[in-house]
Amino acid sequence: MRARITIMPKEGILDPQGVTVAKALAELGIKGIGEVRMGKFVELQLPKLTRKKAEAVTAAACDRLLANPNIEGYQFDIVEGD
Amino acid sequence: MPAAAKLTEPEVTTDLALEHGLSASEYASIVETLGHTPTYTELGIYAVMWSEHCSYKSSIKVLKTLPRSGQHLLVEAGEENAGLIDIGGGLAVAFKIESHNHPSAIEPYQGAATGVGGIMRDIFTMGARPIACLNSLRFGELDDPHNRFLLDQVVRGIGDYGNCLGVPTVGGEVVISAAYQGNPLVNAMAVGIVRHDQVASAIAKGTGNPVYMVGSKTGRDGIHGATFASEALSDESAARKSNVQVGDPFTEKLLLEASLELAKRPFLVGMQDMGAAGLTCSASEMAAKGAAGIRLQLDAVPLRETGMTPYEIMLSESQERMLVVIQKGFEAELEAIFAHWDLACVAVGKVTDTGRLEVFLGAALVADVPCQDLVLGGGAPQLDLPSVRPAYLDDLPRIDMTDIPEPTDFNRTLRKLLGRPNITHKGFVFEQYDSTVRTNTVQGPGGDAAVIRIKGTGLALALSTDGNGRYVYLNPFVGGSIAVAEAARNVVCAGGRPLGITNCLNFGNPNDPEIFYQFKEAVAGIKAACEALGTPVTGGNVSFYNENPAGAVHPTPVIGMVGLVEDLKHITTPALKEEGDFVIAIGSINGELGGSEYLAMQQPDLAGQPPMLDLETERHVQAVCREGITSGLVTAAHDISDGGLAVCLAEMMLAGADGLGAEIHVSRRLRNDEILFGESQSTIIVTIIEENLLDLQRIAMQEQVPCTTIGRVTAGNRLKINDIIDLSRKVMGKAYFLSLAKIMGA
Amino acid sequence: MRFAVLVFPGANCDHDAYHALRHVLGAEAFYVWHREESLAGYDAVIIPGGFSYGDYLRSGAIARFAPVMEAVRKMAADGAPVLGICNGFQILVEAGLLPGALISNADLRFVSRMVRLKPEHTDSIFTASLDTERSYAMPVAHRGGNFFASPEQLAELADHGQIAFRYVDDRGRQTATANPNGSLENIAGVFNRQRNVLGLMPHPERAVEALVGSADGLALLKSMAGIA
Repeated sequence: MRARITIMPKEGILDPQGVTVAKALAELGIKGIGEVRMGKFVELQLPKLTRKKAEAVTAAACDRLLANPNIEGYQFDIVEGD
Repeated sequence: MPAAAKLTEPEVTTDLALEHGLSASEYASIVETLGHTPTYTELGIYAVMWSEHCSYKSSIKVLKTLPRSGQHLLVEAGEENAGLIDIGGGLAVAFKIESHNHPSAIEPYQGAATGVGGIMRDIFTMGARPIACLNSLRFGELDDPHNRFLLDQVVRGIGDYGNCLGVPTVGGEVVISAAYQGNPLVNAMAVGIVRHDQVASAIAKGTGNPVYMVGSKTGRDGIHGATFASEALSDESAARKSNVQVGDPFTEKLLLEASLELAKRPFLVGMQDMGAAGLTCSASEMAAKGAAGIRLQLDAVPLRETGMTPYEIMLSESQERMLVVIQKGFEAELEAIFAHWDLACVAVGKVTDTGRLEVFLGAALVADVPCQDLVLGGGAPQLDLPSVRPAYLDDLPRIDMTDIPEPTDFNRTLRKLLGRPNITHKGFVFEQYDSTVRTNTVQGPGGDAAVIRIKGTGLALALSTDGNGRYVYLNPFVGGSIAVAEAARNVVCAGGRPLGITNCLNFGNPNDPEIFYQFKEAVAGIKAACEALGTPVTGGNVSFYNENPAGAVHPTPVIGMVGLVEDLKHITTPALKEEGDFVIAIGSINGELGGSEYLAMQQPDLAGQPPMLDLETERHVQAVCREGITSGLVTAAHDISDGGLAVCLAEMMLAGADGLGAEIHVSRRLRNDEILFGESQSTIIVTIIEENLLDLQRIAMQEQVPCTTIGRVTAGNRLKINDIIDLSRKVMGKAYFLSLAKIMGA
Repeated sequence: MRFAVLVFPGANCDHDAYHALRHVLGAEAFYVWHREESLAGYDAVIIPGGFSYGDYLRSGAIARFAPVMEAVRKMAADGAPVLGICNGFQILVEAGLLPGALISNADLRFVSRMVRLKPEHTDSIFTASLDTERSYAMPVAHRGGNFFASPEQLAELADHGQIAFRYVDDRGRQTATANPNGSLENIAGVFNRQRNVLGLMPHPERAVEALVGSADGLALLKSMAGIA
């Protein structure tokens, strides 16, 4: 199993990275882009775990380390294979 | 563009007012002033403005006892965003220290970063360019991984913000004690330079003048931050995290440059940072100061989130925003400055002559409050809280030296002391701060005081922060005085003349009479020292409710001292300079161990009294050191503080060139550990070349201060004291320079 | 020689470079805003350090698109001296004017301290008056100064004499402790092939007065300004 985790700034939390990149994209003349939010993408290898166990382990990893619960939210998919 | 929400506001009741932290009598007085039940927005406005954080209601009567004027003071404490002292040549120094303890306990990286951002804005809204930043930090013991995490994150937060802003972080302190478990102290001090004719005021006046919001957009960040800082940390506040403010140093850098450009323009009327209580606080304070009113049209406020209510817009603590008032007719000029820096700049209201803060959403008047009634010095409550001498002060055990066996191996004890987190070199921390940007840093972190030259003047500033919570706990009055005395001593050792202080007073819950006693006594101690040393208080900040479930932190007043170095030749460092120089003790070595780092290492419970401080003696000792420096006699200076004489000498040697050492003989009828590790106040160790001895002694005699030759600088890389210390540079260096990184696992 | 000191939003060493050139060296230096499209009338360019656009995406990644960068490209192609310091080095690398990449410091922390640099060559406009037998003290202050290049790139850099400076200790040795950020082979600065473009992480412009720590950076700036 593998966990594919997306960590994003929470709704309403200021995202200076996203704001700055959005301005730069507009400056470059790339049109049609509204708001930009920037987060992180993390992959975990979870060999030998059942799906249920993998979900629990991934959630624990996010809650305790990968995401900063003060300012970040996360979601993940558990996918088959390495 | 997100739009403000339609109005559906909760009904205001006494219960709701209590939930907002107002007392029943405060609420009654609000209803009486307004002549009706406040609207929800009005309640929010009163609640933040009358919170401890904005109103200083518990502390203001005590603070007013501090000496707040002096010949060089350009504004009196509390009048503007920061203190302002004349340094000649048409220049002034603006400086202030502020706490961000509670946000840093919850979210250490952003809490520390936004703390730095806030204090910087206080400086540059006065038109002053920030030239230096210092940080005074306190954490619980570092064997607890959470405290290491807090230290790591706070340091990163300070570094990332200050480094990006391009303001050098040049000094401060890091203190570790179990007393700060769960409630770290993060105090940031900023210092700026401004020309007298470009000082900007935090004032709104001139009916019809436009009011602008500039900088970042407004989100729901930190709503109730001000009330949050006014209550003790509980598990509930740890869980209530959603409104964390995120710092944006890039926007702050743009705002800094734009603001300084604006400050030079004659059409600027006033500007103020939107810090605690955001738009509410800046608008009402600026209007009250100008005996004017402000009418705000909230529809114009640039929002980052949808559906924000007037209540939320008025209370938002989104960072990197300022309120600006200009003369009517110069709108285009103002907007051009901010457009150049790519910053939002939007007219949100007008100055009126009503004396009221009138807040409109569309055609609806959602709040209408007399500005004067909201602010400190106006209608905001001022309390007389009861104080009771804490029982523990009379029950403090005496130090029974017979219980403390003298070390058999003093070399080992000194090595251990040099590796203690409170004494060890803080390179691990300071090397994460850009200390050299702007190329003014003559003495960076690690000296007695930081020294920053002022380009084009031949002057420099000496800056230090100081505060010893252990001393204050043991004796609040003496501890308060020592904080001032030591900060001044540090400035003097660096070659400066102390000019004035800013203070950050970190205490527990003021409604506990014993805590309030500590507060009053510590302030009285600060007052006595400031008067004796001629250093007025230019402003600062009070942080109450520094508690964790086990109780209050050590009462910790932190003093930020600014001194003027009148000639760059006066700049002095602790480093030993030349073989053969005499090592001299100015003042006496009394071997007091109460509250010392040595005692803390030998026995965990606090006992005894802090070292004695005689302010007259202190003044004379500083005068001798200063005259020794300005007359060119003194080649190195360092005061005795944490760890005593032995640590002081080790630090002087380790700061000096490879190859130098020192041989010291001190003869006193004291135990060896008292001589080596006692933390006597009013004692400065200096070096001079041999032929200057008589000159220095003459100065000391005039001031009636003991001046004793205790040894010489030697070749050979060894520190020898009284035949009981004999350590090499290498061995001491290992303990002193590498311990903190090792503790932090870096 | 007329110097253009570029100013990007978030630059914070522009003032240091300007001060060093104008007030210490007595050279003609001018600030040039990033929106300018021409550098006509200037003989040399300095891209100073700082945090252009907050370094929020990647250091230098956004600044490389600034209007002024086209003019910098042209000047570089015409052989005029272009010096990128710290964030300026990062911008030149992102812009493809210098080889390699600058990644996060090995310990993932910002590093601010005095380092020593040893020049590898004296046949460039920047290093003509430097001495390859000694080292020069300058401060570093950065979070992403870890120089990286592939083995092939590295061999090419060595072959063409493009390695400008390496970090050394006070006895001139290339040691791990002398290397503040984990840079490959202690590389502190590199040239382009023609050696008229130089990028380095340490700050020569902050090392022009002994009072504030070191005057060793003067030699480099003087070389560049053609002052003996």
